[in-house]
Amino acid sequence: MVNVGTPSGEPCVREPVERCYCAPGLGARLRFTRRDTGKVRRRTVVVLGLVALAVVAVACAPNASQSALEPAGPYAQKSFDLFVPVFWVAVGIFVIVEGLLLLFVIRYRHRKNQTARIPAQIHGNTRLEIAWTILPTLILAGVAVPTIATIWDLAAKPTGDVLEVNVLAHQWWWEFDYPGQDILTANELHIPTGRPVYLTLCAVGFGYGTPVPSDGGPPAPNACQTGPPDGQQPAAIGAAVIHSFWVPQLAGTQDVVPDLTNHLTIQADEPGVYQGQCKEFCGLSHAYMKFRVVAHTPADFDRWVAEQQAPASAQVSGPAAAGKDIFLQTCTACHAVAGLETANGQPAIANGAPNLTHLMSRQCFRGCTLETNDENLARWIADPRSFEAGSFMPDYGLTSDQIDQVVAFLNTLE
Amino acid sequence: MASVSVQAERPGGLLQRPHATTGFWSWFTTVDHKKIGILYGITAFGFFLIGGSEALLIRVQLARPDQTFLEPAVYNELFTMHGITMVFLVVMPLSAAFFNYLLPLMIGARDVVFPRLNAFSYWAFLFAGLFIYSSWFLGGAPNGGWFGYAPNSVTDPSIGMTFYAIGLLIAGIASTVSAVNLAVTVLNMRAPGMTLFRMPVFVWMGLVVQLLLAFSLPVITIGLVELLFDRLFGTHFFDVAAGGSPVLWQHLFWLFGHPEVYILVLPAMGIVSEILPVFARKPLFGYQFVVFSGIAIGFIGFGVWAHHMFAVGLGPVANTAFAVSTMIIAIPTGVKIFNWLGTLWNGDLRFATPMLFSIGFIAMFVIGGLSGVTHAVVPSDYQQTDTYYIVAHFHYVLFGGAIFGLFAGIYFWWPKVFGRMLSETWGRVNFWLMLIGFNMTFGPMHILGLQGMPRRIQSYPASLGLSFWNMVSSIGAFVIAISVLVFLINAVTSFRKPKQMEADPWDARTLEWSTSSPPPEYNFEEIPVVHSLDDLWHRKYAETEGGRVVPVAAGGSGEMASVGDHVGGDGGAGHEGGHAIHMPSPSYFPLIAAAGFPIAGYGLIFGVPAVVVGLVITLAGFFGWALEPSAE
Amino acid sequence: MASLEHSVAPPVSDHAATSTGLPSLKLAMWLFLASDCLLFGALISTYVLYRGASTTGPYPSDVFDIPFTSVSSFVLLASSLTMVLALAAIQRGDVGRSRVWLLATALLGMAFLGGQVYEFTSFVREGLTLKTNVFGTSFYVLTGFHGTHVAVGVLMLLTLFTLSFAGKITQDSAMTVELVGLYWHFVDIVWIVIFTVVYLIPTNPGPGS
Repeated sequence: MVNVGTPSGEPCVREPVERCYCAPGLGARLRFTRRDTGKVRRRTVVVLGLVALAVVAVACAPNASQSALEPAGPYAQKSFDLFVPVFWVAVGIFVIVEGLLLLFVIRYRHRKNQTARIPAQIHGNTRLEIAWTILPTLILAGVAVPTIATIWDLAAKPTGDVLEVNVLAHQWWWEFDYPGQDILTANELHIPTGRPVYLTLCAVGFGYGTPVPSDGGPPAPNACQTGPPDGQQPAAIGAAVIHSFWVPQLAGTQDVVPDLTNHLTIQADEPGVYQGQCKEFCGLSHAYMKFRVVAHTPADFDRWVAEQQAPASAQVSGPAAAGKDIFLQTCTACHAVAGLETANGQPAIANGAPNLTHLMSRQCFRGCTLETNDENLARWIADPRSFEAGSFMPDYGLTSDQIDQVVAFLNTLE
Repeated sequence: MASVSVQAERPGGLLQRPHATTGFWSWFTTVDHKKIGILYGITAFGFFLIGGSEALLIRVQLARPDQTFLEPAVYNELFTMHGITMVFLVVMPLSAAFFNYLLPLMIGARDVVFPRLNAFSYWAFLFAGLFIYSSWFLGGAPNGGWFGYAPNSVTDPSIGMTFYAIGLLIAGIASTVSAVNLAVTVLNMRAPGMTLFRMPVFVWMGLVVQLLLAFSLPVITIGLVELLFDRLFGTHFFDVAAGGSPVLWQHLFWLFGHPEVYILVLPAMGIVSEILPVFARKPLFGYQFVVFSGIAIGFIGFGVWAHHMFAVGLGPVANTAFAVSTMIIAIPTGVKIFNWLGTLWNGDLRFATPMLFSIGFIAMFVIGGLSGVTHAVVPSDYQQTDTYYIVAHFHYVLFGGAIFGLFAGIYFWWPKVFGRMLSETWGRVNFWLMLIGFNMTFGPMHILGLQGMPRRIQSYPASLGLSFWNMVSSIGAFVIAISVLVFLINAVTSFRKPKQMEADPWDARTLEWSTSSPPPEYNFEEIPVVHSLDDLWHRKYAETEGGRVVPVAAGGSGEMASVGDHVGGDGGAGHEGGHAIHMPSPSYFPLIAAAGFPIAGYGLIFGVPAVVVGLVITLAGFFGWALEPSAE
Repeated sequence: MASLEHSVAPPVSDHAATSTGLPSLKLAMWLFLASDCLLFGALISTYVLYRGASTTGPYPSDVFDIPFTSVSSFVLLASSLTMVLALAAIQRGDVGRSRVWLLATALLGMAFLGGQVYEFTSFVREGLTLKTNVFGTSFYVLTGFHGTHVAVGVLMLLTLFTLSFAGKITQDSAMTVELVGLYWHFVDIVWIVIFTVVYLIPTNPGPGS
């Protein structure tokens, strides 16, 4: 018996090997003894059981609301409709290849009660090589055709009644600009159902170390350049880095790249709230840069638009009035509220932080990681860094009374 | 180990070469490819433990939703360092360990063609790894991901990405130089009669990998230089406002990065191609096709890079082209797998630990390869990219693939290198724990990715329903950790056995098994003359006309140490044809030349004087190297 | 011709012949130069990508002095000629001649570098630095890498020149001169590409002008 794998110290003895000659090619007969059949059957049952368990586990997964496996609109459906058949083809290949592996491992294992044999030294089979080169090629060609068709389909700009929205990615929150409706909001992208929404994706923030051009030209080409109508440069807070806009139930992702103007079309079939978040690592608080897409029926959407277009209500009293004073002295350095004037009589314009005009109409804030309620707002203002690592929002050192007043004022921004 | 004769000494002694080839200090001056291979292996394994610990910390943080065990700043450093460590400081040098130790032996040579350059590569690699890790203590570790996308990698205020750029530049020098060395060795140092198509598959994969390194590293070198200059000198390579393009970084990175993944997996494929035939007792099925597939993968590997950039917005033309090229590269990969299956077919399979890991490699790599094909379907990739589905894919090919293959190689060649066997019992426990733990950790990640978990996030909320599989994954990670511990126990206890191993314990097929275990410093008593592929096997066994395989009488060749001899660890000084074999002398200068690089690196960060000091040291090292007396 | 590797590097095989028939050092140098091609390829690609992209001046047409750079390019080309002469001389065994031509090559290389320094300082005076714009960034890094390669080559040439006085450069060691020559010609060819792409092919001014 040839020594294989024994601890050293045992003698290494060679005996003449027994003849075993099998016809080359696939002529080898698959012989099963009764004992072999039993073992194979048992292993098969175990493997199938595990597979079933896995399938059940997946199917019974808790309802994940950011799942690519639950498309809720035609664009996500296209990705899904391509994924499913390819997945099953992959499963089929998996079963065949791993099955063969398992089969060979069982069938050709050296059994202790057999004398050692050196099997026929078969070097290969050219026909097989050709076959298993051509067959995968054909399968892949079959996969490639619908893939390419869908690439081009998704790249095309939608036609018809399209809503256009600019998505501005900041470190670390999402801003939404509706140029046709003159709305600037954050954290929640409201859309009507049944209409394609054509998004223009822009990364906003500082470049690095560049002097402003001497002729005063624009600092960077950016299709989403927003700002006050008088052409003032919007300030940038945080660096312009790559982000990625992903709301899996409504579409696959596209990156938001500082020097590119990327587009993404999404569409929701049903009203509802769809989760999304930034998918491309963008710095300290990448994990906390989320958003929601809120789909309304067309009538509800029109109502939302009208509400958003109204300026902030001017009626404040009591603690809210004190809060408004504090707000105008500190917060308007970065935050905008339409219809308000700052302490020195300037309009409170967009200045690098979310527009708060209708803050109370949004269910979430802080990169959509906090629900909009008094307690969260107070804690956020008190210590931004505890909710957003590396936050650019300063801690103004307000007393808790002052914070309560500001929160009271914020409550009027509906 | 035999000591080699003393070298010529110059009066004054400044450029006197050291002569010791044994003892602790000899490891610092060695130019012996076998010792350098061991150095690479030990260092890489050390980094494996560190990188694995980083992974465990990550998995602890992600085991449950909304955890604050690791704050984002530290978490970002950990996943960045885990990636850098595993790619550049573990799999690459572990493969280098095998190439260094085995390539000369497998081609019947006494050493690589440039032994001091070989030592230089090791020291530069070690210093690069230490340099990158010193960042933890010197201001912050790299935190922009192992892929370091600009502009984030430029604008991030931490010093970490500067350490990243400089450290990888130094590592790149080490690998480029080593690539030239090993490629020329394979091309030029083969024993008489060993034509290219009589080389073992592992040697072929080695050649392809070195050429991949030589042609892909310069591209990332430039990318890293541009990143470094943007960070240190205010240049505008990736500055959008000045007209620069962050996408340029991605192109430069992935033009390297994709060939890199084949650099990571081809060595393991070569190892498996050597092990399967030994434990199936029949030759590799379709040798030429396996070789050609490896070459094809190398070539096509330069044409698929933008499949890492499908969501960047390159446009449908680019996306189509790269989807097609990515699908094409699946074909030679499949050919290899089918040929491995053909090797098993009709074999007499024995499941020693190397064989277990090799079969595990095939099983896991198939899964990783299939998920890779699903990424090539671009519209699906829009959902998959940057999620845990991708994390699952690359861990299946890099851990289930490369690491399993490398472990197979460790178990297989351990007796050759160290003169003892690793325990089969511990080996089996190692394998099964690792297989189970690995699948527990990374299998669920396919699901997590599709259910909405992006990559590189420090935490996730409970509301997304990702908690269950994250917990399973984290438990699996600890099972892997236990399996690695089992391996360590196996390794350490193996040294308690006496160093008493025969030349060819596995009844193998390639030339390294024809010399003693471990080999003498000069590798072979006499350089073998090669008559065929699997030359050693054909010296042991002949095929009769009827197709019977019969053993040749022992000692038939007379040219090599007989198979089955017990050769103790210490051979006498080699003799060949009556005159002594001269091996290259050790040298200080490779280490000195390498040492200048990290010093210059610190200078770039902390102050120019160190740059000058570093460059002077390196220059002095090179001059000493060029001018020191040669070995006799 | 006995290869250099026997007198300077220790023999690692008992066969003087190599499997390909090519001396190992030469094969290694070719492989290294092929790898270096990709290095310059990435740098030139960066430059070409950023051609016309600068948002602010000065622009190439503002600073380039093509006649001057043509002269320094010619100087570098001439140094390739002297390099060939140096190799021919040492292959004949004429150490003295070879020494002269080696020195000439080094001097011409230094002249080229001097021209680069003069050119860069005049660009800086005209307002073009590494940091000014993306043209400055890509231009200086590309030509700086090339200049560094030239400087390393000059260092090697001067080393050979010095060693020749110590009797280290002989007809038997002509391979060393040949290797340095290969490197030197490569650096020269890269410069031809750079000169053509960067200087000769006109660039439109950037969007900022």
